[in-house]
Amino acid sequence: MIQLLLTALMLTVASCREEVTIFVPEEVEVTTPQFSSLLGFFVLNEGNMGSNKTTLDYYNFRTGRYSRNVFASANPTVPKEMGDVGNDLGIYGSKLYAVINCSNKVDVMDKMSVKKIGQINIPNCRFIKFYGGYAYVTSYAGPIEISEEYRQHGYVAKVDTATLEVVDTCVVGFQPDELDIVNGKIYVANSGGYMVPNYENTVSVIDIDTFSEERRIDIAINLQCCRADRNGMLWISSRGDYYDTSSKLYAYDTRHQRLAKVFDRSVSSMWLDGDSLYVIGSQFSYVTMKTEVSFGIINVNTMELVSTNFITDGTDASIEMAYSVAVNPITKEIYVADAKDYVSPGRLYCFSPQGVRLWDVRTGDIPAHFAFLGENINEK
Amino acid sequence: MLKRFTMTLLALVACSLGSWAQGNNSLSQVNDIDTMQYLQNVVVYGNKPYGNVIPSQMLKGKQLERLNSHSVADAVRYFAGVQLKDYGGVGGIKTVDMRSMGTNHMGVFYDGIQLGNAQNGQIDLGRFSLDNVEEIALYNGQKSEIFQPARDYGSAGSIYLRTKRPKFVGDKRDNLNVTMRTGSFGLANPSVRWEHKFSRTLTMSLNAEYTYATGQYHFRYRKVFSDGVVAWDTTAVRKNGDVKAFRAEGAIFGTINDGKWNAKFYYYDSERGIPGAIVNNVWMSSQRQWDRNFFAQGSWQQRISDRFEMMLNAKYARDYMRYLNPDTTLMYLDNKFWQDEIYVSTANKYTIMTDWDVNVSVDYKWNYLNSNLSNFAYPTRHTLLAAIATARTWRGLKMQASLLFTHVNDRYTSRSAGVVVLKHNKRLDKFTPAVFLSYQPWQEHDLTFRAFFKRIFRMPTFNDLFYTDIGNAGLKPEYATQWNVGALYQRYSEEGVFSGFKVSADAYYNIVDDKIIAIPKGTGQYRWMMMNIGKVKIRGVDVTARLAFRLPHDLVLEGGVNYTYQRAQDYTNPNDNFDGGTYKGQIAYIPWHSGSATVHLAWRNLDVNYSCIYVGERYHTSANILANHEQPWYTHDLSASYLLHFSRSSLKVTAEVNNLFNQQYDVIQNYPMPGRNYRLILKFDI
Repeated sequence: MIQLLLTALMLTVASCREEVTIFVPEEVEVTTPQFSSLLGFFVLNEGNMGSNKTTLDYYNFRTGRYSRNVFASANPTVPKEMGDVGNDLGIYGSKLYAVINCSNKVDVMDKMSVKKIGQINIPNCRFIKFYGGYAYVTSYAGPIEISEEYRQHGYVAKVDTATLEVVDTCVVGFQPDELDIVNGKIYVANSGGYMVPNYENTVSVIDIDTFSEERRIDIAINLQCCRADRNGMLWISSRGDYYDTSSKLYAYDTRHQRLAKVFDRSVSSMWLDGDSLYVIGSQFSYVTMKTEVSFGIINVNTMELVSTNFITDGTDASIEMAYSVAVNPITKEIYVADAKDYVSPGRLYCFSPQGVRLWDVRTGDIPAHFAFLGENINEK
Repeated sequence: MLKRFTMTLLALVACSLGSWAQGNNSLSQVNDIDTMQYLQNVVVYGNKPYGNVIPSQMLKGKQLERLNSHSVADAVRYFAGVQLKDYGGVGGIKTVDMRSMGTNHMGVFYDGIQLGNAQNGQIDLGRFSLDNVEEIALYNGQKSEIFQPARDYGSAGSIYLRTKRPKFVGDKRDNLNVTMRTGSFGLANPSVRWEHKFSRTLTMSLNAEYTYATGQYHFRYRKVFSDGVVAWDTTAVRKNGDVKAFRAEGAIFGTINDGKWNAKFYYYDSERGIPGAIVNNVWMSSQRQWDRNFFAQGSWQQRISDRFEMMLNAKYARDYMRYLNPDTTLMYLDNKFWQDEIYVSTANKYTIMTDWDVNVSVDYKWNYLNSNLSNFAYPTRHTLLAAIATARTWRGLKMQASLLFTHVNDRYTSRSAGVVVLKHNKRLDKFTPAVFLSYQPWQEHDLTFRAFFKRIFRMPTFNDLFYTDIGNAGLKPEYATQWNVGALYQRYSEEGVFSGFKVSADAYYNIVDDKIIAIPKGTGQYRWMMMNIGKVKIRGVDVTARLAFRLPHDLVLEGGVNYTYQRAQDYTNPNDNFDGGTYKGQIAYIPWHSGSATVHLAWRNLDVNYSCIYVGERYHTSANILANHEQPWYTHDLSASYLLHFSRSSLKVTAEVNNLFNQQYDVIQNYPMPGRNYRLILKFDI
């Protein structure tokens, strides 16, 4: 009788469990189509740690439509989809590479179909760059130093992009983050993020031919971004220690091997387009107990800040957590990703070169990394 | 009336109407504890001015034993309005959330004294075995009985765990119980309990338990195409969920003229694996945790005169916790924490008139947290609590009001390179009220209407305030305000097939503001900051019903259902109100519909029990979009037990099947729960 009652109750008040279906990409029309040599761009959504919600979104210029979660539908038979915490995205040749930090792997996909070709297992992998048929991937999970304190070195893995095998590794500093390649050298920004408060403060220089660490350059503590411009200038950001030492931007001249300039400006994401370095800073202040956000442009030739806010229509006020920036190489439209509270879907804003909002669209959780897909363009 | 009803109950020896009991802790029963154990199960009517205005939801004795529950956490799922966060398996963390106000708003009391965790404010109820627990009572608001320590006024909801009291039949002076539990997950769980009677006024019990489990079980994840064809289907073994735990408890109980006292100690030592989230390419984790908990506590209750009664409580607790992450693909962590707590309390009740009592309670609590974290704050918290409460009965109306004063003084240090750079001393004073009412309009019908209002806060925990990088020393308390109206109707029949039923319904509205939530601090995944910015409004209904029958041939049939509806909405960010926004979204992991059902059939020495838990669809964040949807889940458990009597001893054999239909589900996203599992229990009593 009670069971009967219960059954009746359950039937009336609530639905039953169903089979979980694979994600069908949600497609949204966001703007009018544009025709250029650019086909579209990918956005890698990191997903909060432990959520297994790394997803890949795609914006198609030629349809003006934004598709959420294209990986899961292109690869319906992959268990547990992309994985946990996407950390970098890149296109090289015909392949799309997604570095999935907490899933300890780099997913390799066909860039046109997003079909998974293979994966490269690299524990605690962080960032990727390509050169001469090889992918170079930084990882935190290098050799452990037996001393008074537990310290673990990072390394750079050299991956053959034809076989997707790790062919060599080179030990660098502690917790290496972004890297870039200039004039036959790999520059790696070491963070030391696991060793609070004793952060790293160096950039490792690796000779690409011998694939061995040549030297270290002292820059500042807790380094993060590392991007080289066409003048051989390396733009490196330091996160600071969130207390007394603030986040700053450093320009290091690789040709003359000297520090060229220091910008007393918080930088957490950057995008280099031609001579313009777009920088977003989001620095938490213990004074105001708020995250202060700034959007700027630096001219890498004059090394001057030419814009202190590239958003001119006031939209920046509604951006909760500016997380990442990218610039369309042809139209110069600016894309800003809002990660909001990290556990809710983010939002992608598109601004005209003049800083006026053109459109915005919901993304996956923590939209963060961009890769442009084009015909005959250098997609680096 | 009382006596007749007692007789009825005694006739139904195996019956579990015990859950209908209310107000059983009064002094008037002190001398009856040993001999008249069933008296406690009686619904007490008449004028008992300091009795509970609003009775608890309660599970006790045999009814509790039958619930196929391994721990207190499993049993608490059968209460209305409660959501359990369960990370799966024997060793996984299990915390409880009452009426969606958050775990930290709930007080857990062990034999009358609150279990503290100044570090994270959460009590893992999965750690508390039912082996030594006799009764679990759940109160919304607070235990609406005024004669209690000030700390009992200080939570938005409370769970009271009462351990087994020694009971001796006839002239027995010793009871020995040996229990062995085994089953799935590689479980080996022996326990022994010895009770001794020194004299009519002095008894003691000793209890020890060891739990070993590999914690391994199969789990399965699968997804299908929209046409039902399998896209992927994978089965794996849950690893690193092993547990080794030893628990020892001892208690001594005494009665003196017009008074009673008890003293007890508790020791728990465990090592467990922490089974992590199952994500792509990571199917195993290697984090370990060690816990050592010790406490000693004592309580003395004395009637000084006809009008004046007092109670003293004292406790010392020391907790050690070590968390190790040896995984070389992640940040290495080896954190150790030591917590100390000293607690003293006095409660004093004065009867102004036969139906009007007042009570004054004063408590003092001292907490200290030590850790091996670098530049740790080493916080000390002094808490002074004073409560004044009054209870008045007038005809069918019971009224109770209390005012709690809380003074908190936190002292901590800021350090750089291990050297103290600044000493902090922060104070906080707050007054918080509560009002409880119940009204029984007709003497001849047991129908009562009830209502309460309560405003209370929870202090930020030491982790909220000081944990490296995440803590925010500027945090304010988090408030919970509750309004509740409800009714209870019960009816018993002493003859015929129908023996009784009880039905209750409550509607409530809660607001949690200045809610302490983690928000991102600049970019970079792992940097969060605790802030007082959350706001949640909860509208809910709890309905419970119980029903019992006397059937021919000594058959007893009874059952109960609980149902909860909750709309728990996130009001944190009014700007985030469109296209997958969080504003007014149902908060994480709170289902709209949930419920449970139990059916029990007894025939002489045989007991058969069926129970079912239902949790409806939920979302894992306040953004209620498809990508965040979590499926409903429901499990069916079945158990049968048989009691064999020997000349001076007895053996009870119980076999359980849990999750009968082998449902593969997650309570928390990416933490798979066990499928069908079994348990066998042998309980030997001398």
